[in-house]
This record gives sequence, structure tokens and C-alpha cells, in this order.
Amino acid sequence: MSRLLPRFKKFKQFLIYRTVFLSGIISVIVLGLILAFLLYNSFKFFANYPVFEFLAGTRWAPTSDPEKFGILPLLAGSALVSFGAIIIAIPLGIGTALYIGELAPKIVREILKPVIEILASIPSVVIGFIGMTLLSGYIKKIFDLSTGLTALTGSIMLAFMSLPTIISISEDAINAVPNSYRFASTALGATKWQTSYKIVMPAASSGILAATMLGLGRVIGETMTVLMVTGNSPRLVFSMLQPVRTITGTIAAEMGETVQGGLHYSSLFAIGLILFLITFLINFIADRFVNRARG
Amino acid sequence: MNNFTATNKKNNLIQKVFYFLFLFITLIVILFVFGIVIYLIVKGGSAITWEFLTKKPSGGMKEGGISTVIIGTLYLMLGTLIFSLPVGIISAIYLNEYARKNRLTKMIRLSIVNMAGVPSVVFGLFGLGFFVMFLNFGRSVLAGSLTLSLLILPIIITSTEEALKSVPDTLRHASLALGATRWQTIIKVVLPQAMPGIITGAVLGLGRAAGETAPILFTAAAFFQPNLPKSVFSQVMALPYHLYVLVTQVADAPDDKKWGTALVLLLIVLAFAVIAAIIRTRARLRKRE
Repeated sequence: MSRLLPRFKKFKQFLIYRTVFLSGIISVIVLGLILAFLLYNSFKFFANYPVFEFLAGTRWAPTSDPEKFGILPLLAGSALVSFGAIIIAIPLGIGTALYIGELAPKIVREILKPVIEILASIPSVVIGFIGMTLLSGYIKKIFDLSTGLTALTGSIMLAFMSLPTIISISEDAINAVPNSYRFASTALGATKWQTSYKIVMPAASSGILAATMLGLGRVIGETMTVLMVTGNSPRLVFSMLQPVRTITGTIAAEMGETVQGGLHYSSLFAIGLILFLITFLINFIADRFVNRARG
Repeated sequence: MNNFTATNKKNNLIQKVFYFLFLFITLIVILFVFGIVIYLIVKGGSAITWEFLTKKPSGGMKEGGISTVIIGTLYLMLGTLIFSLPVGIISAIYLNEYARKNRLTKMIRLSIVNMAGVPSVVFGLFGLGFFVMFLNFGRSVLAGSLTLSLLILPIIITSTEEALKSVPDTLRHASLALGATRWQTIIKVVLPQAMPGIITGAVLGLGRAAGETAPILFTAAAFFQPNLPKSVFSQVMALPYHLYVLVTQVADAPDDKKWGTALVLLLIVLAFAVIAAIIRTRARLRKRE
């Protein structure tokens, strides 16, 4: 008995360690499973539809006869909305981060942080609803369009949704710049702004770049808002003022209407796979920049 | 000397212009946030009546209230909590207490970062392919909760790890020196110390899960199913999807139902954010003492 007890204890420790280890690698397992199931479910599509026509096709018409699954209109839609959003978000995000990190008095900072947390927590379907009912009306009037549901409408709403990511990570990068840099610069006679602009910003540039990349990843993957405000027209267009359809919007809009196991169903997993690969790449690059910023 | 003061003046002017610009930009962001919140309160406030909150939706969603929709969302959140919390906490324990600095650990960290960046609609696709079809759970509370759990797992792991990191090593050493095993030390000494941080992360994650639509679109959400689910294998109505349906799928749904639903959803999500903030501040204050 006295010999059994330590052995049992060892076994128990071993079991605990195994469980803990399995949970520890859960994120690796889940990512692997996601990739595996996207491949598994899109297999039927890739086996039955020419890959070239998928990647270079200019028409997405899954219900026409014969059905067309060209991803280009959807990629163009995603690209238009995302780049529009990021162009709006960069000045807003970095400006706010600089204000919080460099200028704002402590009290203002304490107020701003929860405001940005609130922005991060507003559900995308609510933002989409506001975009549909409020912003699209203004866009329609200002640009004199037949519909206010355009790529630009999506870009504006998405820009604000990417702000919490961009602001918080940029601000971390700005805070990580050692104060000795600032002191050295001001001791040489530079103004506070010159210090921020010429010393702090370059020193924090890796982190700010990473923040922008992560914001871009967030924007490309956003679904409900774009589904509601970009007009959902899967035609290949290159104008911010026309309705578009993104990859995410297509998956969300069409999955409900497909026959499970059919070619169309499988094609939605295929564009999901493309989306997964794009965001994976963006996050991977962003992570490198974050690590470089940490030194 | 004159030249010097001129440059100085110019520099000060530039500084003022840019400072004003940044203040202006920050105000735009604040205005956007408050604008949305206040607009929703004004538009949706009058719709929120006792009847709206306690009656089932009826008449093709144009009448009645949203009681079962709210409860559906709460079910999904409860399910999400049950799955994501234990796995997330233990995963963080592994990373902070057991993992060595090697390639595997690096890979795990990279996976967590990337998992946080996977679009929610891809989680929805995965949930459909894996939980709904492959494991044959069907569109159900179970499949939806599991999908949402995966979505918020990175949040829970990262916040728990931060909390574990902030527990000083002296406490661990003291416990081990008294003869406790590693696991006993973690359960009885480290975890209680880290609890506020862990709860904050869990609350934030749940708030996120409550507002998500895309992951439950193909895994759990019912278009119209006014009664409560009978089991974990039934579909449910949920607030975010209900709002989407009212706004885009139901022709002439009454405006007050839309704004009311949007406001209730926002309030639930904000309540979680506020609870998280309160726990964090209280923990910070206690630590200072």
C-alpha cells in the first residue's frame, strides 16, 4: 500500500499533465481542423469545376445554367470595401492613438479607453443596421445615386469597426517607445510635436504597421455589416459608388439557399478557404511585425 | 537671433495645428460611438415595453415581443461558457505553468494569434462542416455554442495567461516548498489569485459571443421558432440573427420592433463590457491596498 500510493500519485500527475497538454495545443488542433474541413468540404467543387475558371472567372452566377463560379467579382468587392475602409481608418486610428499616447491628459485617457471598448463591443449586425438606415440615405443624396448601398457605405462603417484594433495596438507601440528617446529629443530643442512625429512615430512604426495589418484582417473577414450595407450585387465593378458583393457576404447570403452537399454548397467552402488563406497570411505577417516591435 | 524666434514660432504653430487635428480626429471617433449608442436609445427606447420583453414573437414576427429570442441568446451564451471556459483556462495554464520555451510553444502562440484573426464566417463554415454535418449535431444550440466557443477561445486563453503571469513566483515557490504538488499549487494558490483577470476575460468573450451573427447563421439560428428549444439539439432564435431577419428578410416589419431588438442586443453586450470593467477596476484597487 505504501508503495502503491506514490505510484498512484505519479499516475495522477501524468494524467493531469496529458489533459493540460491537450488543452494547451487546442488552438493548433482547431486551426488544423478548420483547414482540414474547408478542404474536405470544398473537394467536390475543385474536383468538378476547373480551377482556372474559378480563380480567373469574372462571373459569379451559381444559379444560372450553366452555373458560373468566378471568384474575381467577389475578390474585387472585398478588396474595394477593405482598402476603402483601411484608407479611412489609418488617419483616424493613428491620429487617435497618437492623441491618447502622446497628448491626452491622464483623465481624458481614462475616459477614452472605455469609449473605444464600447466601440469594439457593438455587434456588427447593429452597425450594419445603422449603416443601412442612416448612412446609406446620406450617401445616396450626396452622390446622387440610385441606391445608397455601395462599397463606400461599407468602407465607412467597417473603418470604424477596425478602429479599436488599430488604436489599441498602435497605442501599445507608442507607449513602448522609451521615454529617454523623448527626453533626448526635447533636450536637443525639438518641440513636442517634432518629437512625436520624427522620433516616436518611426520608433513605433513596426507596431503601427502591425496594427494596420490586423485592422485590415478584421475588415476583410467582417461579414454582417458588409452583407447589409454594400448592396450585394456580385458583378465585377471597380467603383466605390456601386453595389458590390464581398466573399464573406456571399457565403452568408447563399449558404442558406443551397442544397447541402451540392456543387454550389461546396463552392462556398472553396471561397471560404480562399478567405481563410488570405486572413491567415495577413495575420502571419502582422505577427512578425508585432514581434519585431517587441524587439 | 531673429531667425531663431521665427523658426520657433513656426514650429509652435505647426504643433498647434497638428494637436488640433488629432483632437478633432479623436472627437470624430467619440462622436461616432456616442452617436450610435444615443441614437439607438432614442429610437429603440419607446419600443421597449414590458410586453415587448415578455411576449413571444408572433404574426410573422410583426407582432408580439422578443422574450424567447432573448432566452435563445442566453442559452447560446451559457453553452459557450460551459465549453470555452474550462478549455481556455487549462490551455492558458499549460502555456504559463508547463510549457517550455521551444518550437511547439512558439507554434501554439502563433496559432492563438491566427485563430483570433479567423473571420467569424469561417468559424460558421467550420461549425457547419464539423459540428452540424460531420458530428451530426444538426443545426442546434449545441452546434452553435461549440462554434461560438472556438471563436472566443483566443480571448479567454490570452486574458487568463495575462492573469496567471501577474501572480508572483514567490507564491508558487512558497507552495511548492510546503510540499504541494505542481497541480495543487496551480489550483489552490495560483488560480484564486488570477481569478479577477480570468473572469474579466470570460465576460468580455461572452459579450463578443452574444453579438455575433455569422457563426450561428448556419449552425444554430432559427428564422422563426417562437417556442423555447426542447433540447440542446433544437434550433433557437437569437437576438443578432433576429435583428438581421427583421431588417432584411421580413417585408415591412414594424420599425419599433427593429430598433427595440437592436437596443436590447446593444444593452446586453454593453452590460457585459461594464461588468468586465467593474471587475477589473475593483481588482486593481484591491491590489493597490
